[in-house]
Amino acid sequence: MTNDTIDQIIDKHQCEASSLIQILLDIQSENHWLPKEALERVSEKLNVPMSQIQHITTFYKSFSLVPRGRHEVHVCMGTACHVRGAQRVLDTVQEQIGIGPGETDVDLKYSLETVNCIGCCALGPVMVVDGEYHGNIAPAQIADTLKNYE
Amino acid sequence: MSELLLQIDGREVTARSGATILEAAQSVGISIPTLCHHEKLEPHGGCRICSVEVDARGRTSVVAACLYPVEQDLVVRTRTSKLERIRKSLVEMMMAHAPDSEQLQALALEYGADSERFEKDASFCIHCGLCVRYCAEIKKKNAVGFIDRGPRKEICFIPEIASKECWECKECFPLCPTSALQAAFVLIKALSFPDSKE
Repeated sequence: MTNDTIDQIIDKHQCEASSLIQILLDIQSENHWLPKEALERVSEKLNVPMSQIQHITTFYKSFSLVPRGRHEVHVCMGTACHVRGAQRVLDTVQEQIGIGPGETDVDLKYSLETVNCIGCCALGPVMVVDGEYHGNIAPAQIADTLKNYE
Repeated sequence: MSELLLQIDGREVTARSGATILEAAQSVGISIPTLCHHEKLEPHGGCRICSVEVDARGRTSVVAACLYPVEQDLVVRTRTSKLERIRKSLVEMMMAHAPDSEQLQALALEYGADSERFEKDASFCIHCGLCVRYCAEIKKKNAVGFIDRGPRKEICFIPEIASKECWECKECFPLCPTSALQAAFVLIKALSFPDSKE
């Protein structure tokens, strides 16, 4: 991520320190993670100390300080999904892409996370890829579903 | 600045408006225990050990004395069995993190807290924020901050700033009610700038 793109995002928010979280979210969605150089740039431009940025970026789970894959795979492990076989879904996903929850593969293609409820229990078990919901998913369908993401 | 009249532990106390209960109590020599309070810093209200009972607007509630502004005719009690119980539990919880802190041991003795009540999870930090706030508010260096949240929350020095500023300063060390701060600094020193000399 270049300094220009970061500056553009910061300018879009009028360089306001109060927009810090919005700016970080924009960088996160553009770049999939928050590199240290980007945070230093934000700190400098907004005049917000690095300690505060560190506090915020480690507090919220939506920020990542390590590289993430191009596709975010979330498997819901909430109660409703759990009783409908979320564990088997998770096991199959892990087998397919070869990483555990919280990890990213070497090609930076996928990152896997478990979530505790995404609020659509009627669709369980649910897997979300890049914000797209795959409800009522059977372990056998997972390989085909993941093929659609390059 | 207008003067307000209130009652603390049965004593009539006058305080200027805008003062906190803690300041009003200290001005007449009534002691309220504190851990995260420092007179030069903005009130934080993190440790809750200064909790007192107040009667205001027709009801009794437990509030943090270091944050609560005084009001006319406020009735404050700093020592009741309920408060003793609250403070005892707080000390017991904090002792699970920092069992060797002298300040906590003194409070434990005073309130009869059992340091063994909770399983030890010695992070040595009780999140009072004194070092973080001192560095930000007084020194304006922001060399140390909190990271993470909940049970994993801890203090962390920013190596780039710490390597430049902390050698000469170290003013936050004596503020720490436990020894966690010094330990964290020694750790980051060892990890981040092993070649620098003191």
